[in-house]
Amino acid sequence: MAVIAAVPEGRLALWWRLWAPYRGALVLLLLCQVVQALAALTLPTLSARVIDLGILRHDGAYVLRSGGLMLLAALVQILFSVAAAWAGARIAMGFGRDLRSAVFARVQDFSLHEMRRFGTPSLITRSTNDVLQVQSFLVMVLTTITTAPIMGIGGIVMAIRQDAGLSDILVVSVPALAVIVGVLLSAALPLFARMQGQIDRINQIVREQILGLRVIRAFVRDDWEHQRFAGANEALTGTARRVGRIMALNMPLAHLVMHLSTIALVWFAARRIAAGTLEVGALVAFLAYIMQILISVMIASMLIVMAPRALVSAGRIRDVLLSAPGIVEPAAPAALPARPGGGVEIEFRHVGFAYPGAERPVLDDVNFRLEPGKTVAVIGATGSGKTTIVNLIARLFDVTTGAVLINGVDIRTLPLATLWSLIGFVPQESFLFSGTIADTLRYGRAEASDDELWQALEVAQARDFVAALPLGLAAPVAQGGGNFSGGQRQRLAIARALVRRAPLYLFDDSFSALDYATDARLRAALPGHLGAAAVLIVGQRVSSLRHADLILLLDQGRVAAAGSHESLLRDSAAYREIVASQHAEEG
Amino acid sequence: MAGRDLSAGSAPLPGPQPLPGPRGGMPGLGAVARARDLKGTLTRLFRLIGAHPVAITATLACTVASVAGSSLVPWQLGRATDYVIGAVAAGVPVELSVLTRRLGLAAGLLLAGVLLNIVQAWLSNAIVQALSRNLRDQAALKLARLPLAWFDRQPHGEVLSRITNDIDNVSQSLQQLLSQLLMSALQLVAVLALMFALSPALAGIAVVSLVLSVLLSRLLAARSRPHFVEQWRRTGTLNADVEEDYSGHTLMKVFGHRERARAVFEDDNEALRASAFKAQFLSGIIQPVMLFVGQLGFVAVVAGGALLILAGGLSIGVLQSFIQYIRQINQPIGQIAGAASVLQSASASAERVFELLDAPEMKPDTAAPAKLAAPQGHVVFDHVTFRYEPGRPLFEDVSLEARPGQTVAVVGPTGAGKTTLVNLLMRFYEIDGGAIRLDGVDTRDLTRADLRRHFGMVLQDSWLFSGTIRENIAYGKDGASEAEILEAARACHVDGFVRKLPEGYDTLVDETGGVLSTGQKQLLTIARAFVARPSVLILDEATSSVDTRTELLVQRAMARLREGRTSFVIAHRLSTIRDADLILYMEDGNILEAGDHAALMARRGRYWQLYQSQFGAPES
Repeated sequence: MAVIAAVPEGRLALWWRLWAPYRGALVLLLLCQVVQALAALTLPTLSARVIDLGILRHDGAYVLRSGGLMLLAALVQILFSVAAAWAGARIAMGFGRDLRSAVFARVQDFSLHEMRRFGTPSLITRSTNDVLQVQSFLVMVLTTITTAPIMGIGGIVMAIRQDAGLSDILVVSVPALAVIVGVLLSAALPLFARMQGQIDRINQIVREQILGLRVIRAFVRDDWEHQRFAGANEALTGTARRVGRIMALNMPLAHLVMHLSTIALVWFAARRIAAGTLEVGALVAFLAYIMQILISVMIASMLIVMAPRALVSAGRIRDVLLSAPGIVEPAAPAALPARPGGGVEIEFRHVGFAYPGAERPVLDDVNFRLEPGKTVAVIGATGSGKTTIVNLIARLFDVTTGAVLINGVDIRTLPLATLWSLIGFVPQESFLFSGTIADTLRYGRAEASDDELWQALEVAQARDFVAALPLGLAAPVAQGGGNFSGGQRQRLAIARALVRRAPLYLFDDSFSALDYATDARLRAALPGHLGAAAVLIVGQRVSSLRHADLILLLDQGRVAAAGSHESLLRDSAAYREIVASQHAEEG
Repeated sequence: MAGRDLSAGSAPLPGPQPLPGPRGGMPGLGAVARARDLKGTLTRLFRLIGAHPVAITATLACTVASVAGSSLVPWQLGRATDYVIGAVAAGVPVELSVLTRRLGLAAGLLLAGVLLNIVQAWLSNAIVQALSRNLRDQAALKLARLPLAWFDRQPHGEVLSRITNDIDNVSQSLQQLLSQLLMSALQLVAVLALMFALSPALAGIAVVSLVLSVLLSRLLAARSRPHFVEQWRRTGTLNADVEEDYSGHTLMKVFGHRERARAVFEDDNEALRASAFKAQFLSGIIQPVMLFVGQLGFVAVVAGGALLILAGGLSIGVLQSFIQYIRQINQPIGQIAGAASVLQSASASAERVFELLDAPEMKPDTAAPAKLAAPQGHVVFDHVTFRYEPGRPLFEDVSLEARPGQTVAVVGPTGAGKTTLVNLLMRFYEIDGGAIRLDGVDTRDLTRADLRRHFGMVLQDSWLFSGTIRENIAYGKDGASEAEILEAARACHVDGFVRKLPEGYDTLVDETGGVLSTGQKQLLTIARAFVARPSVLILDEATSSVDTRTELLVQRAMARLREGRTSFVIAHRLSTIRDADLILYMEDGNILEAGDHAALMARRGRYWQLYQSQFGAPES
């Protein structure tokens, strides 16, 4: 895995690096194109000779000989064209793959900050659709458009050799074509940028509609949702239509310039033929060359059909690739110091955290220590910053002030992989990946044996329902775990973390979907499995937390009270209130 | 999703199994590499284009006129040259006025052709854009008509890819095809006609080379097609990888799964590259091959033409025109060749879109739906039987009654069928026997929309869409007023934390909740149900992530909301449902016990056991 340089590289440097593996192939491709273009260019000259030398001098043998040469040229042309098509497809598709791979790898390294800034739907579009645009453009450039300058320049050279005087027409028509291309391009570019954004929006809406299917249907908001989609669709269509109209001008205008040039040519040539300063064969050949030149300019102008969109997409990909992840590997990574007595120990030292630009910090001056074999619990109202504590330990975010220490060293000095290898993590939302139950459980430790999986399931109180599935461990899990109930999903997520046998466990409100009986059994089974692991539990229910060695009561990001259940009952009115409310509730 | 409870039932009731993951062969869509029907797909695509008869006719007319106009240009040029050559040969001075007239005519024809060409391009642009908008629209509408079970089997990224990547590909391809294919075909015909007019012998040579190119390109196109199908299928798979890995981003990192996720991605990425390469190469050589045949034709025409002139059967001017024509003919041939490969790619994508559009839908609503004027919220399950899959009964003869205003609590271990009860009530799934009645009316006699309007639901997973907090609360009711939104927000303790946000109710949220915590998201979804003011409420483990202090307040708000409303509560905390009028204890799809708290406790059955395990547990 490429470790990301802390200093973002420049735009050109980025593309240059990505392009590096294909430089050789590109040279090969250009060579093939040059050869095939030269072969194509000899044809009009040969045909001019046929007229001037063969027909006008009544030399049938010459006509046939030239015909043979022309055949040879055509043969060379196709052989090299096919080679060029091969190289072009190779380069374009390889480059597309590399781009997708680079985007994926970069997104993997993103922190939650970047994930939120770009948004998942937009990152999905960038990883596939945007790369697709660049790739198709590349195919176009490599297979067709590379021939254009060769044909164009070759055509000009041959045309001037044929007759310098008539070439003056090119001085007018080539710039005219360039201006047309330039104007259309600058008109279309901003529209294409808007269009990719609108595709993001479509992606976002459809994705939301799939995720929120039951809510949408329950509230009968299909019509409203459809309106929402239709709005985004209409906007996209509007932009696409405007872009299409601009693009539609390209070919006809190029055609106009091209044919006007030939008309002008005949006009000037006719007078010179009449004056006897030009041969008829030369005019015919010249017409062919001028067509060649103009067709090549026209092909080049096809760039504008695809270039703007590809440019915009490339920019969007570049934005991802050049966004440095907010959480970075340490420049000089330290090894995790061993703790006397083993295990890992976490310490929060004056920890504060605020979102960039937020007025109020989410966490403010939080201090506590978590030792191996001990449990720290965090309780507090919704939005009091409980989850942030978990996120800071896992370095999903970095502290704004203070430090989180592990075995006495700042976690920011440890390689991320090392830090994460220490953690058994159960998130608030039990997201399961698609695959089988065994895949799910082995998510954090691929080499775990079936026995270990069953053991983890046993502790997580999931053994019974998994065993009852006809396929057992091989039973499929739908994306997100959609084919299991909330409670089942949560238990699978817990088992998944337990399989890791980590020295540090983070349970972020992980028992909320369990009924009390299951919750109680789970908590009874956990200590045996966790052994000397350090455990941090975030939760709502006092009954789940009361046996913790230390309970932190969070209020608006500050530790309002800390201590054991008993001491808090004695000292904290707020804690007593929570206990009372739950007690009243639970009888 | 639905039926999740059952998939894990302790009995052999594994519910709807999502068949092997997205990477294996998924069953719903695009899985099976069955014989693809190119002709059918294209016919259907063309029928869609044909839905704009006026525009299409106009496009055709413009194309014909425009092609006719520009095709005559070389002919006029040839005539001008012949005139000059003739004059020179005859030794008479060249009349500039004649030359000007001929060239002027050529310029006029050209101008008209170009103008018509622009009109044609704009028209076809309008057609294609309308068509792709309609395709996207149909796809979105289709998603609303598909049964829930369908989504259980679909990787989200796969569906998304069809609606964005595939429709995008169809649209871009059609754009190219409509403006070019037609044009090129007509150019071909026009040029051929003129060639025949000029010299049938030389034209014959051109036709032979043409037939040869068509045969060759068809061969190549047919070979490239399976690779295009593969390419777009792989694109869908890759999109599914990306969607899932980005959705579970945090887990992927913390669980040290990056390398493995990367490996799977790279495998699929390489497979996509390989198929894209094959498709591109095979279709990419169509053009050179056709050009080659075209060049052969060119050589034959020049040589043949030269010999004809020598034999005195042809003028030099005609040969000049002919050489220009044969160059001109190469362009449309090349474009048709290009179109052939674009068509392969487009049809592969179109097929995936049509596949989505053709997926079997939910049963349509009854033709003559009943209406509930003033719903009371009287819910009856009358001997209901239900199974997610044939042969695996889940509900057998379930009966229950909830009278207006009553609170019915459903308890039982996970997998007992509690969520299924809701699924059937809401008609997310259709029952197999018996009847469910709302105020005496069979729910199947109501439209689904009408039925659901009477229900308010708060689900386990809080779902927010990208929009403001205000919009998310207002979601519960079409056209909810500001006052209703605020009332709900206050009642559900949303108001407090929202006011602390810098943007207040205009704060933007999305699926992740943005700045909101999970608990706050849940409160929002409760407020949403509050706004709906339904006659029946369904609360599915709704308060599990709200802290207990907040929950108490919410309970109070809910109690107020429940007044006069029938409510179904699925909760794991028995404390929250002790006051329920009716408590149903379910296991394996059966209602084992029913009654109020006191009655069930007195019975000392399963409910009593459950209660003991919760409140008599060692630590309580």
